[in-house]
Amino acid sequence: MITLQHYLLLSAALFSLGIFGVLTRKNAVNVLMGIELILNSANINLIAFSRYSSHGLDGQMFAVFVIVVAAAEVAVALAIVLTMYRLLKTVSLDRADTLRR
Amino acid sequence: MSVFDILFCVVALVTVGSAAIVVLSRSLIYSAFALLFTFFGVAIVYVLLGADFLAATQVLIYVGGILILLLFGVMLTHRLYNLDLKTDTFQLIPGMLIAFAVFTSLALVATQTRWNLVPEKQISPTTETIGRLFMQEYLLPFETASILLLVALIGAAMLVRRRSDV
Repeated sequence: MITLQHYLLLSAALFSLGIFGVLTRKNAVNVLMGIELILNSANINLIAFSRYSSHGLDGQMFAVFVIVVAAAEVAVALAIVLTMYRLLKTVSLDRADTLRR
Repeated sequence: MSVFDILFCVVALVTVGSAAIVVLSRSLIYSAFALLFTFFGVAIVYVLLGADFLAATQVLIYVGGILILLLFGVMLTHRLYNLDLKTDTFQLIPGMLIAFAVFTSLALVATQTRWNLVPEKQISPTTETIGRLFMQEYLLPFETASILLLVALIGAAMLVRRRSDV
């Protein structure tokens, strides 16, 4: 029998994998992929709670807005990555340390 | 175990497995294609949860938009003759520890909490209700989201334009 807990565990696994990707990847595009994983796991949680609670479709509405914000986020983030590539000729995050010098 | 349970287990395994490939693979292209399977897996999870409209939205926006955008990002930020597209990793041990701690705490919260559950509702089409909610209760967030998208569009175009015509 699949219950709410199974969905929560699935999204916890996706979330921690996303955290791992964000923390360990050097390539900026790869970090973005980790962020997408995190947003997807949050969406699974929202929709699971929307199904197993008495609040109607509010959770699904939140998920729609999360998807909208994710689309806006990835567009701006890729613009920043492209600008960084134009300036530094690399997208490796440990090379973007101008402020530290 | 019913057919539904087996289906959920298979989809969850595929989703988590391809998510692991996304964050562990050394090749950017492999990561991007594994992300495709993760997004489809999440869409099927939405279907299992009875969210038909969101499953379609997931496929349209994530697979059709965000993934293509990420692939553009991969292609545009590497010289085209450099075909191996490898990526390096750093902070492996701290990252692993933090990810493990996050997973443990989330799993504990998910399993130990007494959730205030209602009996499973009948699965019904959601698109009409979502449309009504957008035009009534959620009208202000809906308009705000459209302004956010416009701002993001202009901002992204602003960031990547050529500096010569400033």
